[in-house]
This record gives sequence, C-alpha cells and structure tokens, in this order.
Amino acid sequence: MGLLDKHGAIERHATLLLVLSFLVVSIGGIVQIVPLFYLDNTIEEVEGMRPYSPLEIAGREIYRREGCYVCHSQMVRPMRDEVERYGHYSLAAESMYDHPFQWGSKRTGPDLARVGGRYSDDWHVQHMVKPQSVVPESIMPAYGFLLNRELDRDDAEAVQEIMGVYRMLGHPYTDEMMDAAVDDFFAQVDQFGDPVADRYPGAQQRNFDGQDTVTEMDAMIAYLQMLGTLVDFDTFVPDASR
Amino acid sequence: MADNSKTSANHQKGDPNTTGHSWDGIEEFDNPMPRWWVWIFILCVIWSVGYWVVYPAWPGINKATSGVAGYASRSDVAEEIAEFESRHDVLFAQILETEPGELTNDEDLHRFAINAGASVFAAQCSQCHGAGGAGVQAGGFPNLLDDDWLWGGTHEDIVQTVTYGIRNEDHMDARYSEMPAFGRDELLSEEEMQQATHFVLSLSGSDHDAQLASAGAEVYDYNCSSCHGVEGEGDYFLGAPALNDQIWLYGGSEETVYESIYNARFGVMPGFTDRLREAEIRAVAAYVHQLGGGE
Repeated sequence: MGLLDKHGAIERHATLLLVLSFLVVSIGGIVQIVPLFYLDNTIEEVEGMRPYSPLEIAGREIYRREGCYVCHSQMVRPMRDEVERYGHYSLAAESMYDHPFQWGSKRTGPDLARVGGRYSDDWHVQHMVKPQSVVPESIMPAYGFLLNRELDRDDAEAVQEIMGVYRMLGHPYTDEMMDAAVDDFFAQVDQFGDPVADRYPGAQQRNFDGQDTVTEMDAMIAYLQMLGTLVDFDTFVPDASR
Repeated sequence: MADNSKTSANHQKGDPNTTGHSWDGIEEFDNPMPRWWVWIFILCVIWSVGYWVVYPAWPGINKATSGVAGYASRSDVAEEIAEFESRHDVLFAQILETEPGELTNDEDLHRFAINAGASVFAAQCSQCHGAGGAGVQAGGFPNLLDDDWLWGGTHEDIVQTVTYGIRNEDHMDARYSEMPAFGRDELLSEEEMQQATHFVLSLSGSDHDAQLASAGAEVYDYNCSSCHGVEGEGDYFLGAPALNDQIWLYGGSEETVYESIYNARFGVMPGFTDRLREAEIRAVAAYVHQLGGGE
C-alpha cells in the first residue's frame, strides 16, 4: 500500500490533481491521434485533389450556414450497401481541404460525398425550391430563397479572406490564386469568362441556377456539382491494406 | 485525523474494513468490487492482448501492425462486393451476351433483368424520373410510363441514352441537340411568338386561338418543322419531342409552351457508364422498356 498511500497527496491538492489528470488523459489521446499524422497507411495522397475555388468556398459556407450537414454527411463508408448506392468509398484525402470535415454516418438525408454530376443543375434548382416536387417522400425543407440572395463583390472579398485563412492552415493557394480570387468568383458563373479551371483543375464553369444574377444558389450548386468529382477513380488503385 | 478507536464503536460485527478516512466522524467502508465485475475486467484485458495480435493495432515507425487476420476495411468491402457480383455473374454475363433487343425472348433472363434493373432504377434514376417512373413535369423530367419517347424507345436506344446521357459534356457519344431560343435571341417577333404558340397548341387539339394558330402555321413551317416534323410528329434522331399529342415534357399550358419557345429547353441527363456496369445498364434499360412504352 506504500504507493497508494502517497496518492493521498494528489487527492488533497486540487491543482496537482488537475495537472496529473490532464497528463493521463493526454497520453490516451496522443497515442490514438499522433500516429494518424505520420503513418503511411493513414496519410494517402491521391491525384486530383485541389483546394476549393472561390465560388465553391462560398457554396460550402452556405452549406454550413444552412446546416445541411445536420442531415447530409459527406463520407461514403467502405460498406457494400453504401458503395453500391453512392459510389466509391471516400478517401481521407478527399476531405483534406475541409475545415471542418463533413464526415458522418447518420443518414437522415442521403450522403452527398459523390453527389457531383449525379443530377443536372436544373434538378438541383427544382429540388432546392421544392424538394417534394422531385422526390415526393423527401422530408427536406425548401431552400428556394437562395435564388433571391444575390452575391456581390463584398461576398467575393469575404471569400478571399477565407482563402487567406485556409492558406495559413496550409492549403496550397498561390499568390496568383489569391489575387484572382474575386475575378474567379464571378468568372465561374460565366461560361464565357476566363477559364477558372486553369487555376482549379476540373472546376465547372457555367450559369448554375439559370438566372442572370449571381446568387447563393449558383454558389451552392457549384459546390455540390464538384463534390466527389476531383479524384479520378479510373486511375486510382486502392492499397488494399489500408 | 482519523480516530479509528473512537468511531469503531459504531461498527457491527461482520462489517467490512473501513478505508481509514474519517471526516467529522463519517467513515467509508472499503467494500471489495463485485467479483463478477473484476473477472469481466480481467477477461477484457486478456481479450485485448489477443485482439492486438489478430487485428491492426499498434502504430509503428511508418505503418501500424496489420494483425494476423489481415483485416482491412478496403479489402473487406472489395471481397464482399466481389462475392455478391459473383452470385449474379452468370446471369449478368448472359445479359451481356444477349442483344438488348432479344432479351425478351428468354423469359427467365428477362425477369432477372427487370428485377435487377428495378433496383438500379430506384438508386440511380428515381430522383428525377420518379420512384414509379412517372417523371416530374415541373422539372421537365420525362415520364417513362408512356410510349412517347424523345430519343427512341427500343432497348438499344435506351441503353445508349443511359450509357452516355443527354447533352452530357463528359461524353462524345452523348445525345445532343439544342433548340434555338426563339424569343430570347429575337429570332421571332412577339407577334410570331404568339402565333407559333397557338399553332403548337392546335397540333395536339389543345385550346387555342384559331386565328393566331392559322397565322402560326407558316411560322412553324419555317422555324420548327425541320426538327419537330411537319405534322409535329417529333424526331428521335434530334430528340425533338412530338407536339401532336397531349403528352407534354414541361407542360401544355399556353404559358409553358410560350416559355419553351421563348427560352428553349435544354434538358440534360448524366451518363452512367462510369457509375454502372454494362450489364446493369442493360438491365435498367430492360426495366424501363417494360414500364409501359417500350418499342
């Protein structure tokens, strides 16, 4: 009981108890978390991932603001039913530019990790305006107001600031990308504008919502149509041991 | 501090020992933990050692131990999918060997194709074409239950459409056509727009203004008939809808018809060649074909 008797000293000293408890909990956390940052089989680089374009970032911010993530996850799990329904299971690298990540397994609405290209822009507009008109059994609320909320230069500049933060976090935004952010923001909704794909390979560029103005609907659909399309799974060979 | 001699008078015979603490005369029994709990705890510890050996567990320098069972979620799901595919392999191979149009000759195979196609349809197609295939007119998503086709309704036509899509930029072989926006691009005057609208309505016997319609015949002849046909019978090759029936893609009211001529429509469908296996595409085509209007 010699050692246990000394424990009394810790129990009687609140600060010491706090510090030592923290140390013990930290060890548990560190053992679980730290290896994920260096093990070869948890950090897998895949071709095609790129930081989000300015308009896609705006769409992502709206996605978060409206709480889409409450019902929709973005993580196809490696399970047969999910792979058959949604497509190739998600790779960790596909979330590398997500702050915060959108993982989850609660399927109130379908998973959106591979929604890009699955539906037409018109479908998205129709579905956002009145979900039940295309999916009668849907319980999703309507988001038609996105069509009325115009995005202007201030919004584009706000996105530029977000890009600055992302850059600080290590996203490979170049000076050129930062300088062109506001222009790219508006160019992506103009089919005949400067090709945004030059800086953001695979970026889709068109009038997403069919309206003359740039609205939150444009940004939202640009974001959704990009989801899950960046990695080319024709050329991706999974390392089975991961 | 603890004054055991003073409080131990409260103890009865058979009471467990105390922890030795006494605060204001309050003491604490030092009961042992329940035996069953202790045993489960010990068993869990032993189990965990076995688990480390069998499953991926400990991180090393650049990879974690992989475990003697060789478990990995990726190979696991790949095996499971391969297993289910192999169960249908024979039938799917038969579907691939059969010309799409001749699938109906083999009753069993056709029945299998329809059922396999139905589940593909539910997962991939129902969001636009409706769970039952009735389409959504508000969005211009075609009804698949009728015998009115845009790009043709034979097995081969449907396979082609599902494989590459419609106005889908990802594939050279996608079906493609584009109607001019007669109003927006000022190809027709407002008066001609009205006349054309009413003539189109007259083709299907819908309510229309006879005077405007007869004036619209000429407008139609010059601008519309090359794709939609002289009688409004449509053209599969161009995906031009038939206008001489009461089946409407976007709706048959005067406003919608006017809107269709003014802005033109540009309905798109994704191609499924990257999402589905060839045999699944054949199966879903067989399903759609038998929904009501297969040719």
